This record gives sequence, structure tokens and C-alpha cells, in this order.
Amino acid sequence: MNIPAVEISGLIKRYGQITAVDGLTLTAARGAVTAILGPNGAGKTSTIEICEGYRRPDLGTIRVLGMEPGSGALRPRVGVMLQSGGIPPAVPAAEFLTLLSRFHAHPMDPVALLDMVGLTPVARTPYKRLSGGQQQRLSLAAAIVGRPELVFLDEPTAGMDPQARHATWELITALRAAGVSVILTTHFMDEAERLSDHVAIIDHGRMVAEGTPGELTGSAGQLRFRADPGLDLDGLVAALPPGSAAKESPAGHYVIEVIRGGVDPTLLATVTAWCAERGVLANSLRIESRTLEDVFLELTGRELRT
Amino acid sequence: MTPALELQPAPGAAPVSRMIAAQAAAETRSLLRNGEQLLLTLIIPLLLLAAFSLEPLVSFGGGISRIDFMTPGVMALAVMSTAFTSQAIATGFERRYGVLKRLGATPLSRGGLITAKTTTVIAVELLQVVLIVVVGLIIGWRPHASLAAIVVVPLLIALGTAAFSGLALAMAGALRAEATLAAANLVYIVLLGVGGVIFPLTKFPAGARHFFELLPTGALSTGLRSVLAYHVQFPVGNAVTLLVWAVAMIAVAARVFRWE
Repeated sequence: MNIPAVEISGLIKRYGQITAVDGLTLTAARGAVTAILGPNGAGKTSTIEICEGYRRPDLGTIRVLGMEPGSGALRPRVGVMLQSGGIPPAVPAAEFLTLLSRFHAHPMDPVALLDMVGLTPVARTPYKRLSGGQQQRLSLAAAIVGRPELVFLDEPTAGMDPQARHATWELITALRAAGVSVILTTHFMDEAERLSDHVAIIDHGRMVAEGTPGELTGSAGQLRFRADPGLDLDGLVAALPPGSAAKESPAGHYVIEVIRGGVDPTLLATVTAWCAERGVLANSLRIESRTLEDVFLELTGRELRT
Repeated sequence: MTPALELQPAPGAAPVSRMIAAQAAAETRSLLRNGEQLLLTLIIPLLLLAAFSLEPLVSFGGGISRIDFMTPGVMALAVMSTAFTSQAIATGFERRYGVLKRLGATPLSRGGLITAKTTTVIAVELLQVVLIVVVGLIIGWRPHASLAAIVVVPLLIALGTAAFSGLALAMAGALRAEATLAAANLVYIVLLGVGGVIFPLTKFPAGARHFFELLPTGALSTGLRSVLAYHVQFPVGNAVTLLVWAVAMIAVAARVFRWE
């Protein structure tokens, strides 16, 4: 089990003059959820389709479960959810799922799976008459019906309403708990933050940052509270770990910033103890961390969703 | 209440025969569900057989009855409609909708997919031939054939199927879906006219006639008619023509076919 789910090294993919993927190196661990996060046109789909064996890289090596992408021996082990389409428009939902289940040795029961993704009421509805979110859920079900070790999900919740999105998140979490490796692309930072063990933020085909959501967002946490104006902050900073800063802005609004390690229980206890010693009641006390959206903005100077 | 599902990985491909059977069954269901395809593959050939056999719309010599002329021609038309027109259109749209791409990520191999498609075509052709034979016999068709026809007719149909399938996949794999739809229907209409299906090729000038007999539909209809109406044991020329088309078209299809 030491072989990673996906190992990408120095991947370059060009379409004519355009370089879609520009020297990407990424390792996705087994049994983990890895999110490739980035704006539209960042190279997410190119990367995932190269892993799926649909496109050839111009340069670089790609190993999927230690094998050549798209090889015959790999296909039964890998589930694929395309960004769109792939299902005949006139074929009813249940029929398509049943067909794909027949390609596998130990498939899930298509009826039960259809129920799990909430499509039982539209089991006999042709694909083209399903809503966008229902089409996505059928496509997701089709990716997992063969009980794969690894699934590639290209924008799995695009076009879903909030309820369907949460149901999909639950399913992805359940897959991970069952030991399935998941590689997904998304431009929703909350999705990456909620689901992933590992996030790779890419822009213009290059990796701009990677790590756990906590590593990416939590390295500069903030503790905010309100109290009477004019507290002596120098004394407080002296009690905090090195590298911390405190400011009052505007009057009565206090912010304590921690550059490394984020806000931890000790820090919180130190601040509240310091307040208690002085008879200060800290109101509206809250811990904030940067979101992946903030991280992306800082690293690229651009909004994630543009 | 959602029943508990086994999400734990248990990967594995089904036996190849089961995959092909499942895909062929799905393709056959799709075809039977599609009204236009049914019209093309079943209703038009049977209507032509009945209409042109019962009404003297076309006159021809040759010393055989109208139904004896029509039945082999309509068989050739049926083979063309299924193996070429219907298959080209269906495959063109499958490619457009990303279905071929999606199937490419399943354990079903490309060879398996093509085998499934061929199985579907053969199953539909069997249904067509049975219906044409039954309707023909009811109208009064009496084959004038040697015993060899039992082998030669399926052989000619198989060669025609291979040639038409190659042409269908070459077209569907290289052109846009709409262009395939238009071109496949155009070729169907043209070859219905000059393929010796309902209009005897003997009515054309000799030069044109020889050319039309070298087209797959003309070769198939002429070959079937020689065997079923004129007691020919084995129409070597027509069989060779179909074989050449089959080899050439499959080679072209293999070169130009794009899965996405």
C-alpha cells in the first residue's frame, strides 16, 4: 500500500500555443481525498484527464496506482466521473447504472446505489430529462458502481443545489472512510476545505500551494474579541508565544494574530487568563482562520471565482 | 431509508462475454427505443417490399415476378440501413455525447465495444431478414435458389455488413454528428436509388450499371438476387467487390476513427 494513488511528476500539457499544465508535480496518497483547486482554465481538467488516460502528456511521468494511466488492467480499479456528458440522452438513469454495473465483477447493487444518491424517483427518466444536479449524481454513481479503489471526480458538485451538494459531500466522505482514494477537482474552496486531506492549489497550470486545508489556511490565525478600549496590549504580547502580534482597531476591537501554528487552546487560555486577571470581560470572542479563498488571493492576487 | 451499501473497494472486471452481452443488449434496446431508427431499419424496407411488389410502380424485364425481384433488393436495403445508416448515426451521436469517451474508462475494451456493436447489428439484421422473408412469402415470393444459398446468402450479408460497418464507423468517427446524420441519410437515399434495390440496374446505361454494381449496395443486391432469383450458386464478382469494400472501409475506419 506504499504505492500512491496518483503520482504526477513534471507534467506539461500544451494545446498549440497554450500551455495548460506547466510542470506540475503532485502526489495523491492512498485512501485520502485529494482536491485540485483552482479557477476555471487553471489546468484542472487537463490534469485529471491525463490521469484518466484520455490525454497524453507532452512531458512528465504519471503513475496511477503505480501503473500507466488508462491501461486495461487499471480500468476496473478506477472510477471516472467526467465533467459533463458521457451518458446517452435517451437512456433511463437506472438502465445506465445497471449497464455499467455489469462490466464489473463485484458491483454495488444499482438499485440501492440509485437510492443512495437520491435518484429512485427518476430511475426510469431518460438522462436528458434529469436536472443538472441529477445528471451529476447519476454520473457520480456510475463512477463508483464498480467498487473502485480510486475515483476521479471532475467538478463533482457543479450545478448541484445545496442539498444535493451536501449529500455528495457525505458520499465522498463515506467513500474515503471505506478506503477509497478520491481525486477531485473543484473551484469551490469550501468543498476543498471540507472534504480534503490534501489540497493542491493550481493556477495557470502551476502549483501555487499545497498541503492540508489546515496547513494552507491555519498558519496565520486570528483571535478577535471586544472589550473596553485602551487595554495595555504590550503586556499581553509579552505573555504570548513569540511571533504574535496584538492590535486594537478600531477602539474596543482587539485582534491577536499568530503567524505560526495558528490559534491553539493554550493561546486562548493565555488570553482569557490575562483578561480575567484584569477583570476584563472579552465579548464576541472568536477564532478566525484564513479561508482557501484568502490563500488563493494572497498567492495569485486574484479571486478564485472569476 | 437508504440501505447500507458496500463502498469498500472490490475492483474487478466482469468476464468479457458478460460485458459484451450487456453492451449489445443496451445497444439493441436503444435502437428499438428510437422511432426513427425503427422506421429506417424495419418499416421502410417492409413498406417498400409490399408497395412495390403489389403495385406496378416500376416495370422491369428479366423474366422474374416483381416480388421475386424485390425481396433480395429489400434485403440488401435492410442490411445497408442497419449496418451503415443506423450505425453511423448512432455512433456519431454517441461520440458527440461523450458516451464513447465514458465507456473508454470502463473495463469494456474498444474491441469489446466493437464486438457488441457488431452483435447488435447482426441481431437486428436477423430480425429484418426474418420479417422480409415472412412478408415476402405472404405476398407470393418464391425463391429460385440452389441449396448453396443457405450458406451463400449469409456470407454475402456478412461481407456487406462488414463493408457498411466500416463505412459507418469511418464516417461517424471522423465527422461531426450532424454531418454524419446528413451524409448517412444522403448516402442511404442515393444508394436506395442506384443500388439495385427497387429500380433494376439493367434500366441504366451499361457504363453506369457496371459502376453501380461496384458500389456496396449494388454488389449486395445484385449478388443476393443472382442467388435467390436466378439460381446462381455463388456470385464471385459481387462477393469479391464486397470483400474489397469491407477490407478497405475497415482499414479507413481504423485510421480515421476518433473516440472523442
